[in-house]
Amino acid sequence: MAVDSVAVEASGLCRRYGRRWALVDVSLRVPLATVVMVTGRNGSGKSTLLRVLATAIRADRGGARVLGYDCRTQRDAVRRSVALLGHYSYLYEALTPLDNLAIAARFLWPRGGGPSPRALLEEVGLADRADDPVSTFSAGMRKRLSLARTLLQDAPVVLLDEPYGQLDPPGFRLVDGLLGRLKQSGRTVLMATHLLERGSAICDQAVVLEQGRLVWSGPAAQVPEASSAALPAGAPR
Amino acid sequence: MSPVVAAIRKDLLLQWRTRAQVLAIFVFGASALLLFSFAIGPDAEALRLHAAGFLWLALLLSSTLTLAESFQSEMEQRAFEGLLLLPASPRALYYGKAIANWLQLTLVGAGLVPFMVVLYDAGTTRLLGLAGILVLGAAGLSAPGTLYAAMTAQARARQTLLPLLLFPLVVPVLLSAVKATSLLILGDPMGQLRPWTLLLACFDLIHWALCGLLFDRVVED
Repeated sequence: MAVDSVAVEASGLCRRYGRRWALVDVSLRVPLATVVMVTGRNGSGKSTLLRVLATAIRADRGGARVLGYDCRTQRDAVRRSVALLGHYSYLYEALTPLDNLAIAARFLWPRGGGPSPRALLEEVGLADRADDPVSTFSAGMRKRLSLARTLLQDAPVVLLDEPYGQLDPPGFRLVDGLLGRLKQSGRTVLMATHLLERGSAICDQAVVLEQGRLVWSGPAAQVPEASSAALPAGAPR
Repeated sequence: MSPVVAAIRKDLLLQWRTRAQVLAIFVFGASALLLFSFAIGPDAEALRLHAAGFLWLALLLSSTLTLAESFQSEMEQRAFEGLLLLPASPRALYYGKAIANWLQLTLVGAGLVPFMVVLYDAGTTRLLGLAGILVLGAAGLSAPGTLYAAMTAQARARQTLLPLLLFPLVVPVLLSAVKATSLLILGDPMGQLRPWTLLLACFDLIHWALCGLLFDRVVED
């Protein structure tokens, strides 16, 4: 695989919290315009992997590159290339959805331009609550707003950590639609999820993490048979 | 729009939407002034003599609430991290927040002055000079305070840590602000106001320059 066709490349990534290793020697290569499912049990290191790739945290060992930019030394270039939907909503509770998106837009597009915040709110089904404080929102509505904020970034690499979490059935369809659209537009997506069937229907590739180690990778369609819950420790990659 | 202006707009909007807290901080400062006056007793001369010191102590105590509060909304849903990942420049975010905190502290200080005049019988006709000292003193509290508030925002004992770290660092600011304010209230026969004001301005310059440089290291993992 040529280097310029690789969107995300990690080699020997290790990260620890205190004395516990959350990622151990994780290496992976994600080609451009690929949708990858990252799965594994709770605490297996999925969120940590995405946060390291988004440069929210630093790896203790190993390295990663996003679109050729080094996550350690070219942090700003990586951040311009990546949008992260994380466990935290990254929203100001006291402000309205429009305020939140406008604040992000001013940093992303200092000279104006970029996607319209109102159009994004329309897309995620929050247009009628655009002027209410986020503190009055349910968990599902916050997730929808976080999705809108992620889309606002219009980044070539999108990292989604449990995008279906807290959403209702129409919300699931919303995420399915967004993933389809991102895939069609040639974005590279890494999606951490426990919803194996849903993920394998949408994603091209999959990786399985277990206790911080990458224990399986392959076509997403094969993941249900080799799900993280069924994988023994040290299973072939 | 420059990133610093975008950051100032963001912080002023946050302060406006949570203005009830600003009012609470002002009431806290006014209560402190009232209690200090009780501690001195009815001696009018002693009250006047200590008025400037108590004004700045009240503002210093209020500032720890203002500064801690300014990072509370950033940490609730890690909104600050979200801005860093856009990416927004840490330095722009720092100066935006420090300027917004400076404005808020100046407003609280200006609101406390009439209380000081009434409670301590410590008026001055040099209002412009007093306003200048308030602006410079608030700047001297805001710059290091914003840096330390960011450092302690995620600590478990942040309410204790922030004053512990901040108070020793702002002693020169406090000394020069108190001295300059005293000279305005009690008179300045030796012409000492100018050197004290210059000293205060120098500390401000050092704090604003250094803290802006250090902020990046404080907020990045």
